[in-house]
Amino acid sequence: MFLDLFYGLRDEGVPVAIQEWNMLMDGLQKGLHRSNLLHFYYLSRACLIKSESYYDKFDRVFARVFKGVEGELDITDEVLEWLDDPKNFPELTEEQRAALEHLSRDELYQRFLETLAEQTERHDGGDKWVGTGGRSPYGHGGEHPTGIRVGGPAKSRSAMKVAEDRQFQNYRTDETLDLRQVKMALKKLRRLTRSGPLEELDIDGTVDETCRNGGEIDFVYRAERRNNIRLLLLMDVGGTMDPYFKPVSRLLTALHEEHALRDFKAYYFHNCVYDNLYTDASLIRRYAVPTADVMHKLDERWKVVLVGDAAMHPGELMHEFGNINPRRESQTTGAQWLARINDHFQRCIWINPDPKKYWESTHTTRAISQLFPMYHLSVDGISEAMSALIGARPSAPGPTH
Amino acid sequence: MSKTDTTSSFNQFQGTQGYIASTPLMDAVNCAIALERPLLIKGEPGTGKTLLANHVAESLGMPMESWHIKSTSKACDGLYVYDTLQRLNDARFGDGDVQDIRSYIKPGPLGRVFAAENRHVLLIDEIDKADLEFPNDILREIDEMRFTVLETGDEVIAKQRPVVIITSNNEKELPDAFLRRCVFHFIDFPDRELMKEIVDVHHPHLDTKLLDQVLIKFYWLREQGELRKKPSTSELIDWIAALLRSGISTEQLEEHIPFLGALLKNEQDTVGVSSYQERGGRMPAAWSDLGAKYNQ
Repeated sequence: MFLDLFYGLRDEGVPVAIQEWNMLMDGLQKGLHRSNLLHFYYLSRACLIKSESYYDKFDRVFARVFKGVEGELDITDEVLEWLDDPKNFPELTEEQRAALEHLSRDELYQRFLETLAEQTERHDGGDKWVGTGGRSPYGHGGEHPTGIRVGGPAKSRSAMKVAEDRQFQNYRTDETLDLRQVKMALKKLRRLTRSGPLEELDIDGTVDETCRNGGEIDFVYRAERRNNIRLLLLMDVGGTMDPYFKPVSRLLTALHEEHALRDFKAYYFHNCVYDNLYTDASLIRRYAVPTADVMHKLDERWKVVLVGDAAMHPGELMHEFGNINPRRESQTTGAQWLARINDHFQRCIWINPDPKKYWESTHTTRAISQLFPMYHLSVDGISEAMSALIGARPSAPGPTH
Repeated sequence: MSKTDTTSSFNQFQGTQGYIASTPLMDAVNCAIALERPLLIKGEPGTGKTLLANHVAESLGMPMESWHIKSTSKACDGLYVYDTLQRLNDARFGDGDVQDIRSYIKPGPLGRVFAAENRHVLLIDEIDKADLEFPNDILREIDEMRFTVLETGDEVIAKQRPVVIITSNNEKELPDAFLRRCVFHFIDFPDRELMKEIVDVHHPHLDTKLLDQVLIKFYWLREQGELRKKPSTSELIDWIAALLRSGISTEQLEEHIPFLGALLKNEQDTVGVSSYQERGGRMPAAWSDLGAKYNQ
């Protein structure tokens, strides 16, 4: 059963290795679980799981593996043991306890099964049926001293309840887009180089120079390390992209405010890039900037992030005069513009808010993902995307530096 | 649920008078102590990560040493610092005993804890602030509890294995090899009941009706997705102190949120909430005005 937990976690993609497992075994040997499933739950979580983003997966696996250890209809040794231990019933008076003595645990269990078989409907209150709030020994929330709890919340929290609650769902990183976590993923966009004024004391240099100077102290200063990344954001706005506009732009401005990047520019487009980009998300003519100018001004070292669902009518991507807005038609197709951007800049990636499973089935999405490496708009996806922007270019023979 | 576990050395930390710890947190702390592993604590700012170490030390009756990590911290700083510049300076001007290299080696927090006669609690605060490689650099020292001073060849071995508590604000990912050696706990934001206990520690004998109003407003604010920075426990404590000083009544609190500045630390947030109040936006006055999460 314990191994089921281990392999269950691994199957879910939670990184657990032998080392963590041994730690848990050590803990069990020392009795840290105090023969109690709830403490075992906390102990195994503390030993096996090293990030809150996996808490939810742990809860799910734990609930699956240990279902039946308590609650539900399957009674295991552990629960029977629990029934045996009089310490578990502190509310019981001496009389009641004595009255219960003759009711062995097997009898109790047997009667539980019989009662359950007799019963055909949901039941609350009363003193016989399995249900809630009653005085029968079975069910939950009741007052019968030896009650067998059947699902639902107990008076004190049980491990199963805690696991079933799945209160850590919001900490998952493969589905959610938490501001703080994304900021962290964006921090990967960092390439520190020494530039700017010489203000930092270089100790090694000072020692070297002083020795060379025959013991006369000679201070050597050097420039501080600064981030040398320039980022160009091209974002699809309008239509299906509307719900994503606010979170994404807030994130990127936040990133820029922190001066984490050396330079940052954002332009907007609708569905696909054509002759013009826009400096404002309203996309009115006043804010139009020729795409060619943008490419001309920014050199190939700029990292380009395109954000969009890449789903459009194939004509918008492939045909001349394909722009969905007829007044802004252009002879160059969207696909050509995208290819030009990809050629001009060394690193371009596409971030898609649609779930991955739809990418293959949409014609234009498939075409665009052949052009740009595509990532999902989630904490994990952004994190991968940023590594791709920073790291060595995986394929494509393009220029290296 | 047997509570009469006195035989094992486990279960040493129970929280202190000034610190309310949840069951999972206590389990994690005690697990780390028993397994002699470093305990890695993560959680939202203001959930008492740093305070935990103080109170573990207090409850175990051990002295504490803290090592606050900065973005410039290097692993070696924690072990010892060799003051080259001072030595150079002394050599130049003939001060001090330049021959004795040991007088220019100053032990860092880790070095002091290792050298100490009694068992210490060592807090490594905000480890994520340092460079990415930092945690890996202290791995061996924390694992084996020994290190060598390169300049002198002296080996420092821990006399008593310290209880190591490491906090992280989640600003950087920590390396896998490092995580593998730690016991991990994520401090979840306290729920209503736990929060009442925590408030009681700082402001005992608070009127229950007032406390309810305070918490309703507080959790309501936290639920507002637009906020750039959610108020945390420490801000709540400060806010209650401000409310008590001003002698505000429960009724007044029902309609609006005074001293917003104590809760919200971002100008846009403050402006947003106050303009909502001015426009006559509805303020929650009962738990039922909040989501299902608070009404179980």
